[in-house]
Amino acid sequence: MPDIILKGEAIKLGDNISTDLIIPGRYAHLRSNLPQLAKHALEDADPTFVSRVRPGDFLVAGKNFGLGSSREHAPVVIKMAGISAILAKSAARIFFRNAINQGMPVLLCDTDKISDGDQLEINLSHGAVTNLTSGAKLSCSKTPPLMSAILGEGGLIPYIQKHKDFVITKH
Amino acid sequence: MGKTLAEKILTARAKTDARAGDIVVANVDLAFVQDTTGPLTVRQFKESGFRKVAEPQNAVIFLDHAAPSPARQLSNDHMLLRRFAHETSCHIYEVGDGVCHQLVAERFARPGDIIVGSDSHTVTAGALGAFATGMGSSDVAVALALGKTWFRVPETFFINLKGVFSTGVYAKDLILYLIGQLGADGATYKALEFGGEALAHIAVPERLTIANMAVEAGAKVGLFPSDEATQEFLAAQNRSDSYRPLYPDADAHYERLISLNMAELEPMASFPHTVDNAFPVSLARGIKIQQVFIGTCTNGRLEDLAVATSILQGKKRSPDTRLLVAPASRQVLTQAMDNGYIKTLIEAGAVILPPGCAACLGLHQGVLGDGEICLSTANRNFRGRMGNPEAMIYLASPATAAASAIRGEITDPREIM
Ligand code: SF4
Repeated sequence: MPDIILKGEAIKLGDNISTDLIIPGRYAHLRSNLPQLAKHALEDADPTFVSRVRPGDFLVAGKNFGLGSSREHAPVVIKMAGISAILAKSAARIFFRNAINQGMPVLLCDTDKISDGDQLEINLSHGAVTNLTSGAKLSCSKTPPLMSAILGEGGLIPYIQKHKDFVITKH
Repeated sequence: MGKTLAEKILTARAKTDARAGDIVVANVDLAFVQDTTGPLTVRQFKESGFRKVAEPQNAVIFLDHAAPSPARQLSNDHMLLRRFAHETSCHIYEVGDGVCHQLVAERFARPGDIIVGSDSHTVTAGALGAFATGMGSSDVAVALALGKTWFRVPETFFINLKGVFSTGVYAKDLILYLIGQLGADGATYKALEFGGEALAHIAVPERLTIANMAVEAGAKVGLFPSDEATQEFLAAQNRSDSYRPLYPDADAHYERLISLNMAELEPMASFPHTVDNAFPVSLARGIKIQQVFIGTCTNGRLEDLAVATSILQGKKRSPDTRLLVAPASRQVLTQAMDNGYIKTLIEAGAVILPPGCAACLGLHQGVLGDGEICLSTANRNFRGRMGNPEAMIYLASPATAAASAIRGEITDPREIM
């Protein structure tokens, strides 16, 4: 299989971006209307986000991205806004799992080496990030094989539709 | 080598030698959703082509977050969930029955169970020795359909508790202190396991407060062994047959050992806007507050209302400070009525909200105004949490909340007790 390569621009955020900042509870009444909900993505963290983001851009955050609630709407609205991958120093457990389940790659790496607006190239197959603006190369921590398989199928629902069960490979 | 509580439970339920770092698939004993994450779960479930819930007797829907509903869209979400419960024969708890985690503790959780819920504070049931963890809507949809899910077996931090609380210090202060020490991501992907000689003095309601907030340090579970306190709690719920003893092995391997002398703790508060921004409450002394909220899955239990009532007895809230109280469940509310707590609280100027999440997540029943400051017994003070990114939230114990409501400013409860 050829390597999967993504290219796009970095939109930089800080540390500890909670799910309340990604999509606040006050919009709970829009959760069954995802296109409307997505208009409020990251509103409390960066009010310019929705008008600025272009399809294929990357969200680049600091540590503990997505801490807080289990609302899967958080990765859903980020994806609907056009983001193609999330890069962070670390990510909260539930958010990480939710993002993968939504088919959204999350790469954990040293995001201090990325500035807002940098052009990035990501080799998803190898978990390698090249900052085309600065020339820096970043390596990302490994994703467990089951999660890579779920991501490879585009998310948990398509994965289960295809495999009917969780397939664990001993390694 | 011996096993931690997490390894023991996953070994038994996954029927394999589960060690930290392994990926295992295990049957779940309980899978649940609530009303703000449930509608997406239902849609994912249907989209996947599933029609049946694998074990409807082990599946529950809770209408607690937007209860009663403040908006037609949320009312329609409630209708969707009621319909789903009807179609699949799973349990449903209605508006006013209480917060999902309290009801899970009262009615479902058993030592050694595996519980998944589409709510991050599912960890609460770890107080009863259940491996209980929050997941998103897709994961719970699949758990409902297949009756199982996958887990990465977590490494464990052991928290060795010693001593007894001094006056005015409670389980909430302990967990706020611990989160302050660990940091909001200090235990990401890990299990927190509580043990030590002090456990004998920590009753299940206090354990529920502690386990509830394990996720605020990033942890996957917050586990207590099951012992006499567990037995006592289950007996009081008429669930003695749910009891199973459960202990870690003496030679279990822990990634970190943390010792905590409860006698050295003082009343704590998490300052805005992160839970790990925790300091002695005395450092916030005198900060004017416009709202106090006592309730939630963290501190809305009978014991919490008892403490608040004892402080508010014969006193009045400050005229400049609203006092909202939401019992965590219908059972808590009726017991609090029987004990006279509700009358005392109302006479002290409290507004009693229906059992449920109430003001906790900012979608109704106590949304803050611009620039307002709230002292809450909840588990999160993230910016925007109570419906307004221009407001500020301090987290503290019910005792601190009650004392602060009287003065209208953040107050160390020991000054009043
Ligand atoms: S009380 Fe608050 S923290 Fe607990 S389940 Fe409800 S919204 Fe979540």
